This record gives sequence, structure tokens and C-alpha cells, in this order.
Amino acid sequence: MELKLNINDKLHVLDIEPGDLLVDVLRKSGYKSVKIGCREGTCGTCTILLNGNAVNSCLVFAADCEGASIHSVESLGTMAEPHPLQEAFVKHGATQCGYCNPGSLLSAKALLNEKPDPTEEEVKEALDGNLCRCTGYVKRIEAILAASKKMRS
Amino acid sequence: MSKKFKVVKTSVEKVDGYSLVAGRGVFVDDIDLPGMLQIKMLTSPHAHAVIKSINIKKAEALEGVHTIMTHENVPRIPHTTAGQGFPEPSPYDTYTFRRKVRFVGDRVAAVVAETEEIAEEAMKLIEVEYDVLPAVFDPKDAIKEGAPIIHDEEDCYIPIPVAYEPERNLCAHVDVEAGDFDKAYAESDVQVDREYYSHYAQHCPMEPHICIGYPDENDRLVLRVSTQVPFHSRRITAQCTGIPIRKIRVIKPRIGGGFGTKQEVLLEDVVAFAVMRTGRPVRWALTRKEEFISSRTRHPQYVNIKIGANKDGKINAMEMKVLSNTGAYGSHALTVMSNCGSKVLPLYRCKNIRFWGDTAYTNMPVAGAYRGYGATQAAFAMECVISEVAQKIGMDTVEFRKMNHIKSGEGSPIFEKLGEGKEGVPQTIGSCGLAECIEWGEKEIEWGKKNPPSEPHKRRGKGVAILMQGSSVPEIDMGSAFIKMNEDGSFNLLMGATDLGTGSDTVLSQIAAEVLGTTEKFIIPYSSDTDFTPFDVGAYASSTTYLTGSAVLKTAEKVKEQIFGVAQNMGPFKDCSVDEMYLEDAQVKCKTCDKTISFSDICNFAMYAKDQFQIAACESHITHKSPPPFTAHFVEVEVDTMTGKVDLLKYVAPVDCGTPINPILADGQTQGAVVNGISFALTEEYFFNEKGVMLNPDFNNYKILSTVDMPELKTTLIDTYEETGPFGAKSVSEISINGALPAIANAIYDAVGVRINNGPFTPEKVYMAMKELKK
Ligand code: FES
Ligand code: FES
Repeated sequence: MELKLNINDKLHVLDIEPGDLLVDVLRKSGYKSVKIGCREGTCGTCTILLNGNAVNSCLVFAADCEGASIHSVESLGTMAEPHPLQEAFVKHGATQCGYCNPGSLLSAKALLNEKPDPTEEEVKEALDGNLCRCTGYVKRIEAILAASKKMRS
Repeated sequence: MSKKFKVVKTSVEKVDGYSLVAGRGVFVDDIDLPGMLQIKMLTSPHAHAVIKSINIKKAEALEGVHTIMTHENVPRIPHTTAGQGFPEPSPYDTYTFRRKVRFVGDRVAAVVAETEEIAEEAMKLIEVEYDVLPAVFDPKDAIKEGAPIIHDEEDCYIPIPVAYEPERNLCAHVDVEAGDFDKAYAESDVQVDREYYSHYAQHCPMEPHICIGYPDENDRLVLRVSTQVPFHSRRITAQCTGIPIRKIRVIKPRIGGGFGTKQEVLLEDVVAFAVMRTGRPVRWALTRKEEFISSRTRHPQYVNIKIGANKDGKINAMEMKVLSNTGAYGSHALTVMSNCGSKVLPLYRCKNIRFWGDTAYTNMPVAGAYRGYGATQAAFAMECVISEVAQKIGMDTVEFRKMNHIKSGEGSPIFEKLGEGKEGVPQTIGSCGLAECIEWGEKEIEWGKKNPPSEPHKRRGKGVAILMQGSSVPEIDMGSAFIKMNEDGSFNLLMGATDLGTGSDTVLSQIAAEVLGTTEKFIIPYSSDTDFTPFDVGAYASSTTYLTGSAVLKTAEKVKEQIFGVAQNMGPFKDCSVDEMYLEDAQVKCKTCDKTISFSDICNFAMYAKDQFQIAACESHITHKSPPPFTAHFVEVEVDTMTGKVDLLKYVAPVDCGTPINPILADGQTQGAVVNGISFALTEEYFFNEKGVMLNPDFNNYKILSTVDMPELKTTLIDTYEETGPFGAKSVSEISINGALPAIANAIYDAVGVRINNGPFTPEKVYMAMKELKK
């Protein structure tokens, strides 16, 4: 079946099967930043923004997303011109293996869209679903708070 | 001691950082190969059984199925999956496929098909008849007479001369003694004798194991693997498949964490056979469930500690007895067990020490290397017993540690007696910042100050644990590096060292840049591709910074000499001696005249002008010592006496890792390890039914810490300088995972007076222990 998706502000017309999961459709379309850590909605590595909300794309049928707007981490910034969140992740050491980063960056983005000045507790809540086994979270939380500060000034 | 550096000891940005946060990092799974087939593995539903018959006809007939591999059609070659140096100190007790299955999750048949769905369909069509055998799940039962024998095949053996008695499920044994333990223990004023148990746990890298294989244009086999040990992966794949090493290339792209579980050659043999049979690219990716059940775990261990001490606080005698459970196969069975002694016993000054270790086979999931590597399990027991001894004597537990811990210039008989599969290497401690770590931690946690609880039915308590680890395996591990210079003054740095998120590409680039008088931006690191990079044992044993770092340093020194030689050959530096030259700001400079030549001019001269040659060098390094990093962990908890729930209020972890080559990355290693340790101590746990089936193979039911669970965590790096390390560095990655179990257990005791001797410290367990105490 045919599916129209707006991925990172570009319209895509995709040929999919009714049972295809969004995570697989995105990866097949070249958005490899969307990672797979469990396929069960429990790790957050496949997090994307679906109409602005952070969701686990392994729990979503692509067919249910007709006309939706999707953002993956590729839309945030580039290596040369990173988004303040991306820059803060590097500067604060919130990236080790980086496998959890695309997902956690997007959860952070969704949070800052809603609440440009979150408390530490709010950051912890918003990132609760994005597991990271490398960093121990301290630097991730610091990075998000630092980025929010920078974005506000 | 502090030295001045330019690039080293600065928190330069991780060289792959922007790529990773931009989603550009290319992991194993991030390539599309036309015509790629998929593997799914049918695994055993029984803990112990012989395959009576296996019928794959119906499954093979399914459209889209390309081939099915079983023990009947794949060569049976004994090997170990442990990615260790050759010959491995682990038994060759594994075959690509086996007639006998030894745990729930053991390989039975691999289906290679067009899609994973088809492969799963086909799996249902495979008919297997099992002769179910009695199984044994606890190592104590496994080594009893009359227990079912798990490895009764004739062709399993261990390739080094050590004890190995599969006929009684004894996979490894070590015993050593220094002085006279029995006598000293008997004569001690105070004696404590306790058994502790460390439970099953999994590494949980966010990226599960994955391997993609394909034939290249010359019909060589290329394997893209999520591995910590690309060279061991190549060697063991060759061994299992009969493909010569020269026809295999192993590539490690970006890796999504390993923590030891990727020091295993778990997928490569099957993928290699599948590529050979089909001539097509083949992918095998483990699911999270398979990662829990069929990959590797921490070795669960019973650790019994006896300590005898005098009333004045002097330790007279220490004994550690370990019974380790390796599960169905003996991966790292010997070395994890001996590491319990070798990384924990030397921490305390004592003349009479005995270590006794056994590792048993059971019909349980297979254990392997896991960050901490035995030290985690042994430190739990040791650090709890040390506190108990101090309390019996009536000393403060921190003062007792201060009085007895090893110091710079001291040795331990254990260093010499206990090695990796052989005797150890004698060593005296060089750098030691343990006293400073303790001091810093005491202040941060306000040791000795009892805080009031937040509610009347809660109790507060504080606990401590001190720790050491090592830095590489001395006289065994080898790392090497190759550096070549480019016309713009940049350098390619090629090394077998394996960055799996640890930051070693960055740290090693910094070391090269420091020697070469340039910045890390002019170093182009490329790691772990067996066709292009020189050999390295890989990322394990806390070795990369210390071991490969030294190889990089030596290589850069060689390149520096060549640069000086070229400079002398060029007009302006004719009369300058090498002793006066130095490298700075990507230029050759001279101390006496003020001439300079840029690196770019140097390289262009070497390539195009006169006596042309490629400025390049390759050097290797082995270590003669394994200098320990040190740390002291302090924790404050609040225990709810009505529910048994333990709240972590504050966790403090200062670490002495010598010179931190990149402080932010070193600190990140510490924090990651601490949080993994806390998670292990408080929530992580395997549940099994009576048939040996693991019941909670997912993150909903196997709980690892998330952001909301975080206590206040304070870490710092204590400055020391290790003379034998590159720019004074020692290791940092493993040590800090070992503190949470004992520090939290000691804090619980301080809060509510119960000693919990097995993890995790769940509310039920703590509550029951408190109830027991009241009786
Ligand atoms: S892959 Fe979607 S939540 Fe883990
Ligand atoms: S950086 Fe590795 S999982 Fe988060």
C-alpha cells in the first residue's frame, strides 16, 4: 500500500505493507539514526517525533501514520551546524557509544518544545524511557539543562 | 604529581561525538546490502537433552528458505567463544552445533532465509525429538558426586596446562597460598567467616549482538561485527569454519556498547557458514530476549571470606573461596574466577593469604566476561567482611581500611601467585591515590555524621567500599599502532584497539597529538579492521589506554624521529642537532635558532623532494605490570522499615586512574560503571522457573536504572602519575562497577542492622532480613 509521510519536512511517498512498523519503514527509507534496541517499546533507542511528540517508532504501525509529520535526529542539526542539544551532548560527554543518543535527543527536543525551562526532575521524567547503559545519565541530564539555558539566552 | 601537557589531560571533544549525535554513526546494521539473507536460531527448550532426531525437510521446503544448519551438516570443531589471546585460557567445549543441548537457549538449528519472518515460520516446521536428561542448576549441586555430567563428550579440552575435570562438572580450579593461613587465622583475636552470593546479570548494551557477513569481490569473507575483539573474532571464525585467516576480514564499525559481552565470538561462525553456503550477504541480529538468554551473563558466584585480625586492627590472615557458575559452557571460567582473588586480595596488607577457586558447569545460561570480571563479585564479599571485622574490633570501618590498605611501594604475594591461566607477575604499587580518594569521599558523604530520616519509620545509614582493579594483563596482552603522515601535516592513526563507545579513538588520538606537537583534529583515527589495522588483543581487561596508549606513544616517537631526520635533510635545519629540535603547533622548531618548518613542508619534502619515503611507523607494546587504579565509594541510604525499600540518597565515587588522558571521558566511564553497579545491586535479577527457563528477558521485567532512578552522584578524578603508563595514565573503565554491592550493603547494615549477603537488595529481601533480626 501507499503511504504519504512527511519525514524531516520532506514529503515521501512510500510503498509499504500494512503490518510494517514505523521503525522499519524509516530505516528502510535511509533514516538509519533510528536505532533498534528491543522492538518492544522498552528501550527508547527508536524514539522519533511523531507530530511533535516523542514516541517509540517500534510500537507504531506505519500505516497508521498517513500524512503524519515525522522528525528523526537528522532533522535536528548537522555535524557542522549542530543543534544546541547535540552540541551540549558532545561538550558534556553525554555521548559514549552514541546508540541511545538519537532517541534521547529527540525526547529532549520534545521536552524543550513544551517546556523551554525544565527542572532537573522534568528532564529526568521526560528521558525516563530512553535507556543508556554507558553514561550513567548524569552528563545527559547536565547537557539538556545546559542546552535549554543556551537556547533561552 | 602534576605534569604539563597540551592535548593530554584536556577534555577535547570526542572525535566521533558530532557524528554520533547527528545520527551519522554507522553501526553494524546501518548498511544495506542487496540480496541480504537473514538468520534465525532455533534454540533448546530443555536445560539438558540429547537431540534424538532432527528433521529439517519441511522447513527447507518452505519458499524463501535458503539453507538450514544443524549438528548433522556442520563440522564439529571444539573451540571456545571466549575472545581471548591464543591459546585461550578457556576450555574448547563448544561446537558450532551440538547433538547435546545444555541450557534453555542453546543452539539447535539455524535457518537462513529471505526474511526474518520466513525464517521464523521455517523454525516452526523443524521437528526435533529430544531425550531429556536430568539437569543441574546450582554450582554446589553440580560438583557433588552423582550430578548429571554436562560435558561428557570426549573431544573437549583446555588448550593450556591447567586443571580441567569435565567428568565432574569442574570447569576450572585454582588454589594458592602465601604464608600460613590456618595458623594465622587460628591465632587471630577476631575472626569472621562469611559467604556471599552474587547473582545473574546481563550487560544490556543498547545494541544487541549483530553480525553481517558477505563475500567480497575476491571471494574473501567480510564480517561486520559488534565485537570488542576483532582479531580474536577472525582467528576463532577461521578455527570453526576452516576458512584460512587470510580469507577473512573482520570490521568493527561503531559499536553500541559491550561491557564484556562482545568479547565473545557468538555469531560469526554461523554467519560465516551461511555466507559460504549461499554466496549471499547474511545478517544475524539477536533480539533483546535472545541477548538475555543466549548471549552471555556475569558469572554468578558464591564467595566465602575468612579474615583474622588482631585487636589493634592488623589483618593477620585472609582466605577467599570462590565457587563460580559458568553455566553450560566455560567461557572465561578460569580467568573470571582467578580475577576474584587477584584483583581483590592485594588491596589489603597481609602475609598469610589463601585463595581457592572452583568453577562449575551447570545447565544455566552461559557466563562470560563482564565489566569488573570477578572483582565485582569478590569485592562484594570482601568489603562487607572487612567492615564486619572492623566493627568486631570496635574500629571505625574507614579507619580500619586506612590502616590496612596497600600503599605505593608495597607489593602483595598474590600478584606473583595468581595470573591469567598461569602464575602472575610480581609487582609493587607505583602510583596510589587511594588515601586521597578516601579523604575526598569521607568529606563528600560527611562520614561519621548520622542524618535524621525523612520520616519516623525510615532509617538512614552510610556505607563504604574501597577497590582496586588492574590495567591490562601483564606479559600477555599486546597492542600496536601504525601512524603515517599526510601532506597537510595530518596523521593517520591505525590501531587494532576497539572503541565500542569507550572513547578510545579520542584518547589514543590525544596521545599521538601530544607526542607529535599537533592537535587531535590533525589525527585521523581508524580502529579495528583486520585488513588495515595492526593487531591488538582488543577492548578488555581495562587495557586500551594503558596498553595501546603506550603503543601509540612509541609509534608517535618513531614518527617524530623521522620528522627530525627530514628536517635535518632540509636546508634550514642542516646545522641543528636532533637534541635541540622539538615539535610544537604542527611545526618543527629548534631551541637554539628560531627557525621553524611546518609539518606540511616536512611531509611534502619527504614525499616529493629528496630521498623520498613515507613518514610512517608501527610499534607494539606489552606491559610488565598491571598498575591498579583505585577508588573509594561512599553511599548514604534511607531504608523504609515498613516496606524494606532502600532509597539511595547520595553516591560518591572519586577515582585514581593516574593521568586522565581525557577527564570528561574518564569521568563518564566512572559514572557509567557506578550506575551499572547500582542497578545490579538494587534491581537487576534473572528469574528462572524450575526447568531453567529465564522468565524475564525484557526491560519491563529486568529493570535497569533509568534517569528517574538516579541518586545524587558525585564523582571526581584524583590526580596521580603512573610512571609506567602513557603520560602517567592507568585504567578507568571497570573499577567503579565493583563498589555498589558492598557499599550499599554496608549502608543498609548501618541503617537497620541487617547484613544482606546476596543481591539485589529488593524491598522483600531487606524486609525479611529485618523481620528475621527482630526474632
Ligand atoms: S526499539 Fe523501540 S523502544 Fe526499543
Ligand atoms: S551512550 Fe551508549 S547507550 Fe547511551
